[in-house]
Amino acid sequence: MTSTIIVRIKRQEGPGQPAHWDEFHVPRRASANVISVLMEIQRNPKTSDGRAVPPPSWDAACLEEVCGSCTMLINGRVRQACSALIDQLEEPLRLEPMTKFPLVRDLCVDRQRMFEALKRVRAWIPVDGTYDLGPGPRQASAQQEVNYVLSTCMTCGCCLEVCPQINSASDFIGAAAVSQVRLFNEHPTGKLNAEERLRALAAPGGVGDCGKAANCVQVCPKEIPLTSSIAEMSREATRQAIKDWLVRDERKSHGGPA
Amino acid sequence: MAERYIVVGGGLAGLMTVIKLAEAGKSVDVFSIVPVKRSHSVCAQGGINGAVNTKGEGDHPEIHVKDTLRGGDFLAEQPPVKGMCYAAPGIIYLLDRMGVTFNRTGEGLLDFRRFGGTLHNRTAFAGASTGQQLLYALDEQVRRHEAAGLVRKFEYWEYLGYVRDDSGACRGIVAMDLRSMEIQAFPASAVMLATGGPGVMYGRSTNSTINTGSAAARSYIDGVAYGNPEFIQVHPTAIPGEDKNRLMSESARGEGGRVWVPKKKGDGRAPRDIQESERWYFLEEKYPKYRNLVPRDVASREIFFVCRNLGLGIDGKDGVYLDVSHIPAATLDKKLGGIMEIYEKFVGVDPRHSPMKIFPSVHYSMGGIWCDYEADRNNDLLRDSPRQQATNVPGLYASGEADYAYHGANRLGANSLLSCIYAGQIGGPAMISHARNEKTDVPQAALDSGAKYWRERFDSIYRMQGSENPYVIGAEMGELMTRTTTVVKENAELDAATGEIQKLLERWKASNVLDTGRTMNQSAVYVNQLWNMLVLAELTIRASRMRDECRGSHYKPAFQLPEPKTKDPGQDPEWMKAWRARDEKWRKTTVCTYAGGQHQIDYQPLKSLQVENPILKPEPRWYG
Repeated sequence: MTSTIIVRIKRQEGPGQPAHWDEFHVPRRASANVISVLMEIQRNPKTSDGRAVPPPSWDAACLEEVCGSCTMLINGRVRQACSALIDQLEEPLRLEPMTKFPLVRDLCVDRQRMFEALKRVRAWIPVDGTYDLGPGPRQASAQQEVNYVLSTCMTCGCCLEVCPQINSASDFIGAAAVSQVRLFNEHPTGKLNAEERLRALAAPGGVGDCGKAANCVQVCPKEIPLTSSIAEMSREATRQAIKDWLVRDERKSHGGPA
Repeated sequence: MAERYIVVGGGLAGLMTVIKLAEAGKSVDVFSIVPVKRSHSVCAQGGINGAVNTKGEGDHPEIHVKDTLRGGDFLAEQPPVKGMCYAAPGIIYLLDRMGVTFNRTGEGLLDFRRFGGTLHNRTAFAGASTGQQLLYALDEQVRRHEAAGLVRKFEYWEYLGYVRDDSGACRGIVAMDLRSMEIQAFPASAVMLATGGPGVMYGRSTNSTINTGSAAARSYIDGVAYGNPEFIQVHPTAIPGEDKNRLMSESARGEGGRVWVPKKKGDGRAPRDIQESERWYFLEEKYPKYRNLVPRDVASREIFFVCRNLGLGIDGKDGVYLDVSHIPAATLDKKLGGIMEIYEKFVGVDPRHSPMKIFPSVHYSMGGIWCDYEADRNNDLLRDSPRQQATNVPGLYASGEADYAYHGANRLGANSLLSCIYAGQIGGPAMISHARNEKTDVPQAALDSGAKYWRERFDSIYRMQGSENPYVIGAEMGELMTRTTTVVKENAELDAATGEIQKLLERWKASNVLDTGRTMNQSAVYVNQLWNMLVLAELTIRASRMRDECRGSHYKPAFQLPEPKTKDPGQDPEWMKAWRARDEKWRKTTVCTYAGGQHQIDYQPLKSLQVENPILKPEPRWYG
């Protein structure tokens, strides 16, 4: 094994700016990961041909794969940089920003659309207030285990990055938000507003836009059963649409001018 | 000016403040350097404490109060602790109603487990990623208020400083858009700083890379009093790493995990080949009552002693075993799944079958921005007092790890999520009470001069073309702090460290900004943060140097009292006399202010012990 790691980073000073690649040689250390390599470059931001360059911009926070910040393409695969251990990666390393989100600079992108999607599907439980109203509803341990996994979604964007239905022309909310609807609709209190969320899912850009490529479930770092969530929510959203249609019909037949 | 509030920080403390304000119908701007859902609260693993008493143990909030005060070696003001512990069961129920996926019992009730510094099953948990789950619940509620138009989010915005009017009161903040680098002043009826701890000051810690403590440090530079900076918690069990040290939750021990080293020095065998009789379970031996669940400061010191003084660490190096391999894998997955995955992913060894190698790491700051409280004669906090969580600057509040309250000289595990949420719950209403008495408009001149100062400061940062790489200075600061100002402190080393930190402050002036761009220029932002960190690091070293005693996480062997002659120190009158003299001298809040480039460090008696009926009289802290 060589004493240096070669890493190539795709650089772009801002949206619409031309892209180029910078190559760096970084001293090899035991238990290095992509983050420690990026930190090393900050301490010595010189390319392998000796040019001083600004250190690459990159997002990071927890470094334990629970915050979702440091998601990027590493050797072409979307994943978190913190859990990408160097000795498990092919070299030279290639680091690129995700491609399905607007670029900010270098490895940083803007994932705001994911948070907007959570608004669209009303991914919350509308509690009456934060005052003390006693315990919540009882829940079976088995249900908690299912919901816990769904609730570990860190809005990292891996599922959107690999989805063929996500592009600049599409309005698809993506697997993450669909799976959140399942989480809230399975909660005993969340169920009370299940219909609202399902109607949001049935709207344009909702679950109907899924093309069933099933790439999302392959890349989810938290192994969330995204395709089951999509299948279930798709069924529920259809059922809700039929129900709404019947009720509307019923409402019409109950009086008033036709 | 229309009533409008600012919350800086989108972790548990900040978001709970936002919720309280929005729920009261107030407009709130929340500023966060990352999307709030990515705040450091996600890293909390083990759980949240509340004496719900579902295990027939006779647990009660009063016992929680006692455990917390004792765990903090009586350095915390008592009424806020009482308020927090009594509110805890309600907070857990509230989170449950918000949909937190807490683990359940067979009957479908909330499950609780053991944590350090208590003998009760008091900790509610969602697997081993409780902080993440709690943060998501609050994030969802805030998104709901955002969708309703009450909350505006400023994500990827960094707090630079607060805006002062002529009377010195806080009337808003100056912040920077980390993407466009635009600097702007924002007026506010009151401001909450919920900006987290300063772990990055130590280089590698269990903290997120965003935990620079820069916002609190800068506020200190600008006149906000800082409390107890010398009390830094070193967590006993973390995986050392190149980029950070990853926490292995105390809940591993709460679920039955055991800490041991081979009895034979330098025993090179694989841990599984070492027989039970050849293992030294040093915590269990020394602390038969609390065993592996002594408070964190105690456990960290013992591990240091075993490795550094006895040379009994694994392979003669820093490191001991944390062993959960005797617990069924299915139980581990259900209750500790998150941390099992972290160890497996980052170390490449399955902890379900092989003991984990761990070592203490900087984890949490008990100290932080000094803040007040107001209580009645029964030591109960007054509901609508503007004094709750109030700093010494009118209109400026602090909560969460950024404040100094609740944990005294050492924090008990699973009390941090609780203190964050509680401080937000009482801080939000206090801000509203403050605003009720503030009738004047925010002077435009104050906003303008704040923005002007910061634009000029950043212009000068962009021009820094010196020879020093700021990230190298930062790394050296981290090494210095970790070497001198953590588990074992020596005055001679601290004296030397004071000199070294001053050299780093000088070298900062010769920094190179590395990047002159005006889009997401992280280097320029770091240069600014680094100065604030260096100032706070100097304060931490100085305050550590001045406190000549052992209390909680602050340990100076040269000032340790001799071992008492009896097992219960209360039975050794001579020892008790010595302890009392020491305790009376030092049981004081370290209150620090900064003016003219000088740190002023004073000691104030706890006001909650000056009343007729304190909640708990100080006693020797003893876990034998």
